Amino acid sequence: MAISKEKVLEDLKQKFSDNILEITAQFGDDIICIKKEALLDIVNFLREEPYAFTMLLDLTCVDYMGEEERFEMVYHLFSLSNKLRLRFKTRLSEDDCKIDSLTPIFKNANWLEREAYDMFGVHFEGHPYLRRLFMYDGFEGHPLRKDYPLHKHQPKIPLRK
Amino acid sequence: MKYRIQQEAREGTMLLNMGPSHPAMHGTTRIMLELDGEKVVNCELEMGYLHRGFEKICESKTYFNMLIYTDRMNYVSPLINNTGYVMALEKMLGIEVPERSQYIRVILNEFSRVCDHLTALAAMCMECGAFTVFLYMMKAREYIWDLMEQTTGARMTTSFIRVGGVRSDFPADWKETTQIAIDETRKVLKDCHGLMSKNKIFLNRTRDVAVVTPELAINYGWTGPCLRSTGVNYDVRKAFPYLVYDQLDFEIPLGERGDNFDRYMVRMQEMEQSLRMVEQCMAKIPKPSSPYSSDGRGLDPAEAISASRTKKPGQGIRLSPNLEGTEKGKYPGILAGKKYIVPPKEDTYTNIEGLINHFKFFMRGHGIRPPKGEVYFSVEGGSGELGFYIISNGTDKPYRLHLRAPCFHIVAALEELVRGHFVADIIPTFGSMNMIGGELDR
Amino acid sequence: MKHKKDGKGGFITTTFNSMLGWGRKFSLFQYPFITACCGMEYMSVACAHYDLDRFGMGWTRFTPRQADMLLVVGTITHKEAPVLKTVYDQMTEPKWVVAFGACAVSGGIYDNYAVVQGIDRIIPVDVYIPGCPPRPETIINALIKLQEKIQKEGHEWRFQKRKS
Repeated sequence: MAISKEKVLEDLKQKFSDNILEITAQFGDDIICIKKEALLDIVNFLREEPYAFTMLLDLTCVDYMGEEERFEMVYHLFSLSNKLRLRFKTRLSEDDCKIDSLTPIFKNANWLEREAYDMFGVHFEGHPYLRRLFMYDGFEGHPLRKDYPLHKHQPKIPLRK
Repeated sequence: MKYRIQQEAREGTMLLNMGPSHPAMHGTTRIMLELDGEKVVNCELEMGYLHRGFEKICESKTYFNMLIYTDRMNYVSPLINNTGYVMALEKMLGIEVPERSQYIRVILNEFSRVCDHLTALAAMCMECGAFTVFLYMMKAREYIWDLMEQTTGARMTTSFIRVGGVRSDFPADWKETTQIAIDETRKVLKDCHGLMSKNKIFLNRTRDVAVVTPELAINYGWTGPCLRSTGVNYDVRKAFPYLVYDQLDFEIPLGERGDNFDRYMVRMQEMEQSLRMVEQCMAKIPKPSSPYSSDGRGLDPAEAISASRTKKPGQGIRLSPNLEGTEKGKYPGILAGKKYIVPPKEDTYTNIEGLINHFKFFMRGHGIRPPKGEVYFSVEGGSGELGFYIISNGTDKPYRLHLRAPCFHIVAALEELVRGHFVADIIPTFGSMNMIGGELDR
Repeated sequence: MKHKKDGKGGFITTTFNSMLGWGRKFSLFQYPFITACCGMEYMSVACAHYDLDRFGMGWTRFTPRQADMLLVVGTITHKEAPVLKTVYDQMTEPKWVVAFGACAVSGGIYDNYAVVQGIDRIIPVDVYIPGCPPRPETIINALIKLQEKIQKEGHEWRFQKRKS
């Protein structure tokens, strides 16, 4: 039997009252702000029946430069049987740019986290092979950070002219 | 830094590099293989050879300018990308699109899907040795691109779907062109079914190769035809209907085993369904609000400008191919709202209000400015759920834009799928995944 | 080869030269270095509908050692640049390079940290094809231009005595 969105949010609120900072909705999407320590617990809890959020739709990072907690990790979870999407957000500060890896739970988190590491420099604890995904070895900096200039080239081989 | 495959290399095995400049790797992926004889013991995929900085460059462009970059994400089905991006914006702005443009969007989307599947299967079959199928399928694609070109003005990179509707209406004789495209594609599909679906060589290379269980597919975040080939019934068009998909009658083909052949077969059947949908749309599409005239009467843009200095021009402006914009007469039927669309060229060139509107649309800091907030919207792309995650800070440029690329998640599974198979099995497996470089590397 | 300036002994050499050019221009073996969107147009133009075979360019070779013409189709990023350079270096003389599409010509709309702003920053180019992506007719026109160029240029032939 399909479970409603309200019920999921209600259960989450009860179970993780200490770790959930805020539940809001925007343009029809539900957003749940959590503490980063509770990420694995919440994801594990939601994976079980009857919630069955078994698919990690997307994982990305946002750079809010100038704010105290600079990076925001954004997770989209999807429940196939209930046809529900939920968005989880958690903040990381620049000095302590670490978060638990989701690789033991979702296999596609492997590449998604490598992408976030490559583009933003977020470290994932417990990731088996944290290596740049898009850029090459020897590339300095993380291109999607707001302080990386758009036109800063780092050629691999010397260019002509 | 040593690659993982070098760190884990066993004794007595051979390391072999495949790609990135390899015909079966579609130019942009590199597979490093550890081989024991002909068997793949271990494998590692390296990508990023087509990383063009899409997400970074979007942060410096306005919402309107950014549309052209979405064309070049999944370059085989650009119209679906346009739709996904534009509908994410519409969700933020709260725009309801006129019905006729919804139908136009669906027709073009479904044709794009056919193009996408045709290209994917053509490449897959060619890499398995069936060059004839490749030639046939490319021929069918030409007929579809004829319609695209007639309607949008470009063969591939169209930027046709706009916020609030579509750029222009169908041309006067679009139904004939569409019918030709449908008939020719059907013919090609029938031929290709005959050539491939019971072909012993093809079956031997694809049946029970790289089998994916539904659990594994879900764990990897697979969507689209690849997920449906494992038997999981999930399609964004059915689960979260957008546009007019809930009014159309179509089936979702499902596979049973989740091997390469099922992925091929699901795509073949999906093309049939897409063509069916186009036919239904052709019958159901509402009439245009004003009759289309393409007889070329009217003033040249330059004449109209000089005429507007002395008196109000009585006639419309003949559109020059260099001028962007739609004719005024076609506006009410296909575009919603006045705030978010490019003003008609007649007004821009002939009266001051139109000129101001034009500047207000294109000036820095003006134009499309969604409210503060973030949105995720997904459509069913060629190879799965294509999602756009946009964060707006109230200005005319996105603060952050992230694309949920379907083939990113699918290709991530390749390392696991080919392990234990032969080198030759990599090629149909990789082909059946429909890797699109622009989308994978962004 | 270098044309002699005084014009002595020109007749046989130039006729032979133009014959060599004629032979070479109609037997271009191409190496399509396909990376991005333009590849779709390349597929169209190479297939039966537009048919490059009419111009003697139907033979696609996927090893640089057997190819005379390098078609760089699509965006070249900094990560891909060494690969392109290696492929070019492996090709045997005589060789010609075609920059196919706006990205290969100048970086196109991708003016950012990841993309090489034109492949002529890496390898020399003979013909540039603009367009994003170029239409098949444009491509055919450009390849005919390349053929004209091959016909006109002086060729090294193996009976040539090397100086030095």
